[in-house]
Amino acid sequence: MESNNMIEVKNLTKKFGDFIAVDDISFEVKQSEVFGLLGPNGAGKSTTIRMLTTLIRPNDGTAKIGGYDVIKQDSKVRELIGLVSEKMIMYDRLTAKENLKFFGKLYNMPDSVLNPKIDELLEMLNLSKWKNSKVGTFSTGMRQRMNVIRALLNTPQVLFLDEPTLGLDPQSTVEIREFIKKLNREHKTTIILTTHMMNEADLLCDRIGIIDKGKIVALDTSANLKKTISGNGTTILKLEIPNLTSSLLNTIQSVKCVNSVSQENNSHIKIHATGDDAFDLIIDAVRAKKGKINSIEKLEPTLEDVFLKITGREVRDKADNKIVMKHGPGPKRFSQKQRVR
Amino acid sequence: MMSHSFRIAWKDLLEVFRNRMGLVLLILMPIFMMVMVGYIYPSDSSVSNVTVALVNEDVGYGGYTNASSTLIAILDTVTSNTDSITLTEAASFDELRTMIQRGDADAGIVIASDFTTSIMNGQQGTITLVTDQSNMQMSATLQAVLEEVFDQLGTALAQQNVQNLGVDPSNALAVVQPYNVETQGAIEGEFTYFDFVAPGIIAMTVMMSVMTGLPVAISEERESGTLDGMMVAPISRTAVILGKTLAQIGRGLLQGLIIIAIAVTIFGVTIHGNILLVFALLLLCVFSFVGLGIVLTSFTKDQETATMLMSTIMFPMMFLSGVFFPVEQMPWFMQAISKCLPLTYVADSLRKVMILGADITMLTTELAILIGFGTVMIAVAVPVFKKAITS
Repeated sequence: MESNNMIEVKNLTKKFGDFIAVDDISFEVKQSEVFGLLGPNGAGKSTTIRMLTTLIRPNDGTAKIGGYDVIKQDSKVRELIGLVSEKMIMYDRLTAKENLKFFGKLYNMPDSVLNPKIDELLEMLNLSKWKNSKVGTFSTGMRQRMNVIRALLNTPQVLFLDEPTLGLDPQSTVEIREFIKKLNREHKTTIILTTHMMNEADLLCDRIGIIDKGKIVALDTSANLKKTISGNGTTILKLEIPNLTSSLLNTIQSVKCVNSVSQENNSHIKIHATGDDAFDLIIDAVRAKKGKINSIEKLEPTLEDVFLKITGREVRDKADNKIVMKHGPGPKRFSQKQRVR
Repeated sequence: MMSHSFRIAWKDLLEVFRNRMGLVLLILMPIFMMVMVGYIYPSDSSVSNVTVALVNEDVGYGGYTNASSTLIAILDTVTSNTDSITLTEAASFDELRTMIQRGDADAGIVIASDFTTSIMNGQQGTITLVTDQSNMQMSATLQAVLEEVFDQLGTALAQQNVQNLGVDPSNALAVVQPYNVETQGAIEGEFTYFDFVAPGIIAMTVMMSVMTGLPVAISEERESGTLDGMMVAPISRTAVILGKTLAQIGRGLLQGLIIIAIAVTIFGVTIHGNILLVFALLLLCVFSFVGLGIVLTSFTKDQETATMLMSTIMFPMMFLSGVFFPVEQMPWFMQAISKCLPLTYVADSLRKVMILGADITMLTTELAILIGFGTVMIAVAVPVFKKAITS
């Protein structure tokens, strides 16, 4: 390898019929880096992962893992990587050990290496007790830990994690995140993970690529991404107005300095505004309409705010049913469906 | 590569064995098939429990009705000796028709009004058989039985008449019926209908096993994501297909073994040919369907569609391949389709081996067709499958 880039992606594109799932994306991931692809469902995260893990072929562009081309040298790539997919890669009718032995043997691992490796990983993720139980009887958290173990059998240099904590209880989520950090710290494993959870990306990733509608719209460290907001004079305010009405909301929106208003519940609103006098202008507008202000709080920008600023939308599942009101165009909601293949 | 294939095959079979319900069905299904097909279809041309209504319209000749009354007396004797046919009387053709419509009678016999007159005058006496068109199968059988009865009665009468003309009684039968027809099977021994259907059902069950097993083995893995687990490993795509094929062959052979055991032990089927040849044919049967199954599964997005597609293909195959009905009875275009179906050749060759005791040299055409079909299908399946999983 000429550089210390573990992954090099150039103009990668994937179409499904007329639908462009991944649109001409390019990025690099350094060795031992934790790289996050952040975006809403259907943004193209999984499709990108599937192309990088040689599961599907791109329509255009190239990608190299450890210097090997994902199309021309796919077997070489497969030897280097491990995949924790969104779906559980486990056979319910087989026991934990049977599952791991099956997958380990696909990597040509002899028993003398494979058996200790299985024991070690089961021990590390607290599953030793369940070694001979069928995976079908496992809880979701246990299954996801199994999924991680499976991906680590061949001691991969690059580990891909597609929504690794999706649908997990808080405790399992913390466990998996801690494990990812430990793996990166102790084994220098390069990690590329996708998530739609802002705090997860913030917590785990050295650098984050924000992906929306198949394109990478921003790519930097979490701190730098947030600076793009605070740096250009954006203020984020959280107001508690007990007598909040829709006309009052409209008034706030029409204040010149306000970029966007989002309602969090019956009395709380979050406002993005620019300018030094934003604070005063907003309070004046609320008071003028006889709005009562119970509390006011200035918030530090989050990745969510970054995404909102870049795309004009929140990174939320449709089910959350949150309305984002923008200055200018009317409320927008997500309408993309999740595409995995 | 082979070791990966064996791993995958072993894993697939382990999954099959761990599925208790599936295992029970694996054994139950062939038993159901044998019972249903064996008992529902008439085993020979015998009838049982049928009622035949008799209408005697004979007006007699010169006060005599002896021709019809003799006939009725003999009929009575014949029917009372068996419990398969019950003879009742009907006053007229109309009443007979009503009885058939009501279901009180299954068929009718009408003796014509000029019956005695015709016989006395040296003419043929007319007997009309009335059948129930709503039950074709039964009518045909009953018709054959009654025709046989009247044929024998007629022969007896003729024999007597000839005797009266002065022919030696020992030669009278030869004068009336110069030909004596006897039937004998090519192979000695007692045969039941089970012997006839068993080879077909074995072939069909093995086919069904493969065709329903593949959607589970491929589509389910694709849907659940486990296929990805194999695909991200540094193994060749061909190894995956080969593994799947091996597993299906194992499963198909196992099911074949179960059904042969059931056929022999429960239904008394005898295998006249070489048992090893029977297994070799089963192996070939599985081989010829696996490729087809993989191709079909590759074209479908999910397991549900795959299973539906399989059933759509399987049903015409079952009926057109001569498993239940002889191919020779079908119209020409169906016979043509039948000739294109691999199941036809499997059922045919299995029947030849199991019933007629044929050896391998008598099956060269069938074997060549099956090997050819299987090879072509596998050759098509490999690229189609590869494309389907990396689109």
